[in-house]
Amino acid sequence: MSIVSPVPPPEVPGAAIEIPFGRGSASPGPLLFLGRAFLTLWSNRKARIGLVILGVDVLIAILAPLIAPHSPTATTFAPYQNPNGTNWFGTTGNGQDVFSQMVYGARISLLVGIAAGAAATIIAVTIGLIAGYRPGVIDEGLSFMTNLALVIPGLPLMFILAAYLQSRSVWTIVLVVAFTSWATGARVIRSQASTLRTREFVTSAVFSGERLLAVVFREILPNMTSLVAGSFFSAATAAVMAEASLEFLGLGDPSTVSWGTILYYAEQQNSLLTGQWVLVFAPGLAIALLAVSFTLINFGVDALSNPRLREKS
Amino acid sequence: MAALLEVEGVNVVYEPNRGQRIWSVRDVDLSLKQGEFVGLVGESGCGKSTLGFALTRMLRPPGRLENGAIRFDGVDISTLTGEKLRRMRRNGFAIVLQSGMNALNPVRSVEHHFGDILRAHAQDGENYSRAAIKRRGAELLGKVGLDAAVLSRFPHELSGGMRQRVSIALVLALEPKLIVFDEPTTALDVIVQKAVMQTIKDLQRENGFTAILISHDLGIVLEATDRVLVMYAGRVVEDQPSDDLVRGPHHPYTEALLKCYADPRADEIHLEGIPGVPPDLSLPQGGCSYAPRCPLAIDVCRKVDPPLAPLGQGLAACHVRAPAAGVAKT
Amino acid sequence: MRQVESDMPAATDQAAKVAPLVVKDVSKVYKARGAAGKFTAVDDVSFTIAPGAAVSLVGASGSGKSTIAKMITGSERPTSGSIRFGEVAVEGLHAGGLRKYHSRVQMVFQDPYAALNPLHTVEYTVMRPCLNLLGMSGAKARERVHELLEIVGLTPAKQYAGKLPHQLSGGQRQRVVIARALACDPELIVADEPVSMLDVSLRAGILKLLAELRSKRGLSLLYITHDLLGARVISDEILVLNQGKVVERGATKQVLQHPKHEYTVQLLDAVATPFVADGTNPGG
Repeated sequence: MSIVSPVPPPEVPGAAIEIPFGRGSASPGPLLFLGRAFLTLWSNRKARIGLVILGVDVLIAILAPLIAPHSPTATTFAPYQNPNGTNWFGTTGNGQDVFSQMVYGARISLLVGIAAGAAATIIAVTIGLIAGYRPGVIDEGLSFMTNLALVIPGLPLMFILAAYLQSRSVWTIVLVVAFTSWATGARVIRSQASTLRTREFVTSAVFSGERLLAVVFREILPNMTSLVAGSFFSAATAAVMAEASLEFLGLGDPSTVSWGTILYYAEQQNSLLTGQWVLVFAPGLAIALLAVSFTLINFGVDALSNPRLREKS
Repeated sequence: MAALLEVEGVNVVYEPNRGQRIWSVRDVDLSLKQGEFVGLVGESGCGKSTLGFALTRMLRPPGRLENGAIRFDGVDISTLTGEKLRRMRRNGFAIVLQSGMNALNPVRSVEHHFGDILRAHAQDGENYSRAAIKRRGAELLGKVGLDAAVLSRFPHELSGGMRQRVSIALVLALEPKLIVFDEPTTALDVIVQKAVMQTIKDLQRENGFTAILISHDLGIVLEATDRVLVMYAGRVVEDQPSDDLVRGPHHPYTEALLKCYADPRADEIHLEGIPGVPPDLSLPQGGCSYAPRCPLAIDVCRKVDPPLAPLGQGLAACHVRAPAAGVAKT
Repeated sequence: MRQVESDMPAATDQAAKVAPLVVKDVSKVYKARGAAGKFTAVDDVSFTIAPGAAVSLVGASGSGKSTIAKMITGSERPTSGSIRFGEVAVEGLHAGGLRKYHSRVQMVFQDPYAALNPLHTVEYTVMRPCLNLLGMSGAKARERVHELLEIVGLTPAKQYAGKLPHQLSGGQRQRVVIARALACDPELIVADEPVSMLDVSLRAGILKLLAELRSKRGLSLLYITHDLLGARVISDEILVLNQGKVVERGATKQVLQHPKHEYTVQLLDAVATPFVADGTNPGG
């Protein structure tokens, strides 16, 4: 018997594109991975809009000292000013420049959004993966915890936690938000992991001598990139909103400059009644835009773990 | 007998992404007589299922009928839409899918499925009472070899073979003149496969509808059909009565397909696969699509796509076996 | 295929060290959920695969043939009975022992679409067993991957190494799966319906490849299938399984030409062969 060697396959449209990390044996470097993820997201129109908004926010936050015309905390201006040539968005009741506060406030919102989103995602991935890959007692225990966290109403719990914790720093808010928003992601990741666990390529990996961690992190996790990214952006959206809510209700640190505290002082000083609508409108819009940008980016994450969709870009 | 289905110059194009066009079915002509049982055979991706979908007007975007005419019972159905097309499905044309058995709604009983389809396609003056549905359902189930008790069952209570039989019975409810069977038994177990194929053969013989059996398995097709069309890379390359095709395949591709089979009981077994892979249908095909894999290929094969030319009892598209007038050999 | 012997020095002297597989009185009972009680998937099955032999397990779905494959490869434990691969008691293997066992016993899966991780390149997939089970260095493993790809007919190897599964056809994917199974020079390959998801035109190529690997490399083969033609081409011995029980066994040709059990006859009848009716075989 003889084996007839196959004729080289014809040029398939997708095949013509060289996959950059295809040649190497190891998994791609983190930078390369992020770059590819960015390109994938960029190829989706909605996600592109989200990335642009997020990008502008990030730039503002980084370049805040250059953009802001005044110090955000200096009380050197006349209070209750309407927008004018010096104070573009007017001033607060304490005589601070609202525009500068808005610029610096971007730092807090982004920091809380990204840090709390990342923390919640790390908890969700860890718990979800372990529960999904280890059926039986471990799964049942972790699933019970997840369900418990799901039925406890998040916002009230957040208020209570924030009210009881002594330190009122931004990091407290990050922790509180992460602690109250990991459960949804964990549940989704658990069910996906338990589906992938029974797939033949995972069994094959075991036959290839892969150890537990390699199976979980090299075979299962990469196939859930879109779920992980999705749960990150959802958690980040929730975190941005939660941070603003906590600050607005005075449960944060009133001395930090953030979009939430601007709203808090606007409420305290009855800005809407005094006609200073910018004090409410500007931070409200900024918070909404940031949340919308995360949500829009979420539209593009589907393509992240599908090599077919990825190639279209 | 007059032709029930006449197809002229049908082309189907898929446009999955912007700027990407895949010619899935190319210039297919065919004519089916009333009561004929025809097989459509080819490797996966050759366009056989797409053609079946096009003939029953089941194509969905990104697939699209590019041009050509499909005359069913004298009516060109290729451009019909909406209500006119829906009306043609009663006493018209229908398709049984490989996944048909999974298309049953898990929360509705078999009787419900019959009720839905009978009421949806009821003609003027027809009124289906529960008793009438039961009667008709039992009768149709009987035709596919199932007991009337199945009516009260839910899909998950039935085996794969039984569910596929139910989906065939549902198609029969509309009394179609033409039924396209798209890999109806591929997802089933071997022994069940045989039994379901037998049912399909018996049904076709008793009810006299015209049938097209689409399969990658030439063995199954030859056992059931009167005539076989072999498709390759979107084109029909051979068209012969089944008995003649077994004894004397015309096209080198058909010949190669036949060599993939043997009787496991034979004393000596020679199996040969077909080396190579089918061409990429998103590129224009210069010459015969099979030429790169064909042991008989000559120069002209790589330059000119051979037309379907008469040969023996049938047709073949091959420069070597069926040289058509006007195409010079070089 | 010519380079096989020269490239793989391990192959020639391997036949000598291939261990026999002895399956003795093996049963597998699943506890059904609820009141339904028990379901016996495999019922008191015994057989032996001698070093370098090829045995077919034939049956329809639900006959228990895949459960036997899982027990032999250590993915499931028998409820009773024993499975010995040489000195190794397979039913008692745990994580570490199982890993070692997998360097000797490998599996080829049914669905080439599901058996390859869509995100890993061919090279990565085939390289992992070389790194994990043979402890090779990266460069050496890469070299071996290219040899293996040539062996399974994916030539030139360079062209395929960097491809992702969706850029390959079904037949090519199955060749990658076979290359991965060969990577650690196994003594026994369990092939669970390796061609049933493929087009008929591709099946012969894969069957030939498996038969050739067995004869050239001296490894044993357990071929699990419902397809009697494949069993005939590949194996010398056949076991017909029905509802967990072995109903007929013997030399493949003998059993297929003179079936004794009714179930074997049924399976034979179900083979769609265009030539059976009139006995002509223009292909043969």
